[in-house]
Amino acid sequence: MKQLAQHAMATAESRGARYADIRIIESRNQTAGVKDGNVDSLGDFESAGFGVRVLVGNAWGFASSADVTREEIDRVTALAVEVAQASALVPGQPVELGPPVRSTGTYVTPILIDPFTVSIEEKLSLLLQADATIRRNPGVKVSEGRVTCLRHHKTFANMEGALLEQTIYECGGAISATAVSGTDIQVRAYPDAFRCQGTAGWEYILGARFNDHAERVASESVALLSADVCPSKVTTLILDSSQLALQIHESCGHPTELDRVFGTEAAFAGRSFLTTDKLGALRYGSSIVNLTADSIRPTGLGSFGWDDEGVPASSTPLVKNGDFVGYLMSRETASQLGLQSNGCMRADGWNRIPLIRMTNVSLEPGTWNAEDIIADTDDGIYMETNRSWSIDDMRLNFQFGTQLGYEIRNGKRARLLRNCTYAGITPEFWNSCDAIGNEKSWKVWGTPNCGKGEPMQVMGTGHGAAPARFRNVRVGVYR
Amino acid sequence: MNFKEVADIVLGASQADETEIVYRRLDGSLTRFANNHIHQNVTETNHEILVRCVSGSRCGTAISNATHPDSLRNLVRVALDLARQQPENPDFKGLPGPAPLSIVTSFDSAVAGCSPAARASGVGVMCRKAAEAGYTAAGSMTTAAMRLGVANSKGVFAECETTLVDASTVVMSATSSGWAQSSGWTLDSVAWDQLAEEAVGKTRMGENPIDGQPGEYTVILDPYATSDLMGMMAGDGMSAQAYQEERSWLNGRLGKQVLSPMITIVDDGLDPAGIPLPFDFEGQPKQRVTVVEAGVCRGPVYDTYTAGRQPGALSTGHAMEQAASERIGPLPMNLFLKPGTSNVNEMIASTKDGLYITRFWYTRPVHPRDVVVTGMTRDGTYIVRNGEIAGAVKSLRFTQSYMDALAGTMALGETCKTLWAGGTCNVPAIKLERFNFTSSTR
Repeated sequence: MKQLAQHAMATAESRGARYADIRIIESRNQTAGVKDGNVDSLGDFESAGFGVRVLVGNAWGFASSADVTREEIDRVTALAVEVAQASALVPGQPVELGPPVRSTGTYVTPILIDPFTVSIEEKLSLLLQADATIRRNPGVKVSEGRVTCLRHHKTFANMEGALLEQTIYECGGAISATAVSGTDIQVRAYPDAFRCQGTAGWEYILGARFNDHAERVASESVALLSADVCPSKVTTLILDSSQLALQIHESCGHPTELDRVFGTEAAFAGRSFLTTDKLGALRYGSSIVNLTADSIRPTGLGSFGWDDEGVPASSTPLVKNGDFVGYLMSRETASQLGLQSNGCMRADGWNRIPLIRMTNVSLEPGTWNAEDIIADTDDGIYMETNRSWSIDDMRLNFQFGTQLGYEIRNGKRARLLRNCTYAGITPEFWNSCDAIGNEKSWKVWGTPNCGKGEPMQVMGTGHGAAPARFRNVRVGVYR
Repeated sequence: MNFKEVADIVLGASQADETEIVYRRLDGSLTRFANNHIHQNVTETNHEILVRCVSGSRCGTAISNATHPDSLRNLVRVALDLARQQPENPDFKGLPGPAPLSIVTSFDSAVAGCSPAARASGVGVMCRKAAEAGYTAAGSMTTAAMRLGVANSKGVFAECETTLVDASTVVMSATSSGWAQSSGWTLDSVAWDQLAEEAVGKTRMGENPIDGQPGEYTVILDPYATSDLMGMMAGDGMSAQAYQEERSWLNGRLGKQVLSPMITIVDDGLDPAGIPLPFDFEGQPKQRVTVVEAGVCRGPVYDTYTAGRQPGALSTGHAMEQAASERIGPLPMNLFLKPGTSNVNEMIASTKDGLYITRFWYTRPVHPRDVVVTGMTRDGTYIVRNGEIAGAVKSLRFTQSYMDALAGTMALGETCKTLWAGGTCNVPAIKLERFNFTSSTR
């Protein structure tokens, strides 16, 4: 593969590219799903191919193919140059990539158990056991469980001399129970609403202990059917760490993507309110809010050795003591600010170009014991596990719904609440944060379904979070 | 290697009780622009071979993009091995047999052969017209050709070619934006000068918006926003899988008048106004299914699996491709909302106090059984007062039952627009009596 990659770079240079890179990728994805006691899906998916990205003058081109042969690499590299020449017909500003990237090396996700050595029987057994536990509750209409195991082997080379081999493993899964009554549907999932996914081996799935939570998931879904509806009011809101992870994803991760700021996602994913004049000048959150982007945290879905431009994994602050201080960047966008990339370019396969993607965007731990946050709250609502999410194209106006809520009265959990929603404006919300859980309640969550780009790319992102409290939040938007 | 050769190797190598192969070859390109220039420009050649092996009532699926004969035979082994390692599934009643297929065309060689320079030429028109107006444009143009084949050991053998062209743009000023989109399977489905005129006009009309006030409004929706109504209604609600799991808005409402008598929704995979295909991903003939007739709920769409779970039900030709992570069930991919006799100008002229909305964005279900959805307006939200456009407001957030909204339909446009969003939606503009907005953005 390395020889093919280097051949592509030589071909690109001979055809007039001033920069080029190639990714040759072999991916495998094994999935198992059960529903209502039956095997719902069982699949093994493999995909291999390569993509060549070239910069000719100030215009980009990209071409890709599933046939990884020397002849096809010649054809596709020439096509990428032709595409770049077409791009030049509608030209833009000069493109600078900053200092050359000449990374070399090998990276493999640290794992204890290779998920592809675990038998299908074991995977199904784990799911069917939890499924049976859920179905023991007669109030449950649909029980589900699912696991996913992925492996991506990437070879990367660029014209500047970088040559990298990476093998990234991911494992994830979840169980859920759905209860139905009349026109009401209530769902409870564990560990969260998305698959709880991380860069890890099969030990990640075993550690989730699905069956230990199956009975609770079932009983909560049924109990929610008769719970009171979340009241409509402005109140104190406490979010569990999984819901807060998605809040971080939508209202901090996306707006700090520098390509959005520069308008290159305007037609699809949208833009950002965090324009460059706000860098170092905006009070994004309260003084206890510290948000970090890193690609080094164990199990984070944004963890790797190098990004898809060959930039090494790193950790950089986005919000420091409440101040907005950093972006998620590529080589090209960082150069526009006179900065260097912090390694956020990733593609979801060999047939897609790298885009700026969240790595692990996390809210750093605070100082509170999680239970003390509730004990310290006289009147409020606690919400847990995402159910719906929506945010505007500038990443300001958001509305989230959760699967479950509790009223907080005099420092204690009171009545169970259903159909919980809350809404706000991003900086106002984060400036109202006055308590964040400490390391003991802090956890890295995985969001495996982040969509961006055209053609659409789906990427996994990591988010560390602990439960946190926010004041004066509008809840109960839909009753 | 052509599909027949691939199918012969797969079916010849299989020791399974039943075997199915789905073959897709994709040649796709997308030219993307922003800030009035092309910034991303991509092309791909890929093929995908899906093999489903059946052992008893157990199914295993393996997918690869390798077409070497040894790879194909290995794919069969993997799929059969997966099938044999699981318990029986009494809900699975076997693969379908062959059925007569209609002859439909959705292949345009001009789309399949569209060059990077030709796409750049169209995009260039868009960028130039935006710049001439003092605005910036972003958007994309897709051209793609796909060959799809489905065969199984019970005699199904179906093969077709299809093309897709889709173009969209958002034009932006310092205070406003406008949107235009066009989709189809022929290259002349996209006229960039018309898209530019529409999006630039919307941007101009939306300059200097004021803060919008939450509340209930009569709304006039462009087809872009109407398509969101159809998409969310279809998402889970029109699938037999959702219906059988009691997650659908059709549950408990079949035969009942729940939407306005003006609303008729059909899925028709054979209608050339969409992007027709003669068969689904199980090789079964696409059928026209009336989901809602004059406001009365009629029923969902089926694939073989969901039909097998329900006595008397048959596949309607709506099987989807096996997803990487889960069985997604049947879906309507060629939706048509029956047009009316009005148009946007008439709808505005007949409105005393309301909003005219270009499109919705980031819509998500809040409550699936009543299709309660939250989302934002985007790229043009205009005040309608005394029959005229009286200015623009900033984007508004809504939380609204789409069923309730459609129950209050006041008018439908006489012309429809075909829009691509993974499937096609052919929809007119619509006027709805009540729509609930909960907040404004900044």
